[in-house]
Amino acid sequence: MLSCNDATRLLSESQEQRLSFRERMRLTAHLMMCSGCKNFGKHLHVVREAARAYAAGEDERADRELS
Amino acid sequence: MSNPEAEPAAASSSSAALQDGPFIEDLRRQMIKFATLQLGNPHWAEDAVQEALAGAYKNAGAFRGHAALKTWVFAILKNKIADVLRQRERTVEVSALLREDESADEIAALFDERGFWRAAERPVGWRDPEQAVHDRQFWRVFETCLEALPPQWARVFMMRELIELTADEICDALGITAGNLHVTLHRARLRLRRCLERNWFAEEGKRPC
Repeated sequence: MLSCNDATRLLSESQEQRLSFRERMRLTAHLMMCSGCKNFGKHLHVVREAARAYAAGEDERADRELS
Repeated sequence: MSNPEAEPAAASSSSAALQDGPFIEDLRRQMIKFATLQLGNPHWAEDAVQEALAGAYKNAGAFRGHAALKTWVFAILKNKIADVLRQRERTVEVSALLREDESADEIAALFDERGFWRAAERPVGWRDPEQAVHDRQFWRVFETCLEALPPQWARVFMMRELIELTADEICDALGITAGNLHVTLHRARLRLRRCLERNWFAEEGKRPC
């Protein structure tokens, strides 16, 4: 079985490029059994969305809404 | 439609991106964020961004379209940032490398000898992630976590996620291999995710402060 280190590496890489069929199969099998890595995958999307919102000035809007 | 390359207007397409006000405004905002986080000084960041954009206007013929302009100005900006950092302190490089070593050790410590999460490090479910963007406190945490990354990790991560350059563009701009890029992004994400979890997303009771 894929280790969590390898699974998180593949999850990270999948944000840059399509994984091979074999990689996808192994990753899917790992994620079915590992809640930690499943959460990690979700968090990567949150981090990506947050980074884009930040670049788009969302933090400044949040500041203005308050003041 | 005719081939746009053949149109007389094609000559101006290289500078059309420069005349797109909203696009330039967004680009400038991204650049300022990038430079401020890299330099830790908003005035130096303003100067570097100003110079990079001035370079783009001067060389409008060197690129074609929005994506090319973005890649181009960020390549200049990266060099400007490197210049400022070099002038500022030679020791920056050394301390940056030390920090990178330490951080790599910390990443390795997330997993046991078989490569599985250590119990205390296993990612937990996050509460209301979509609400975070509306909270100014969250953005403080986000910035602090970004700043805590080793400079090279932060640079690669920001080029990818804030500036949205492709993996190939980043490898070209920084002169690194694809393998190096993947390792760096993996580490940066592991560390940033952990920082955000510890300081924001973990359930109330578990937050350190």
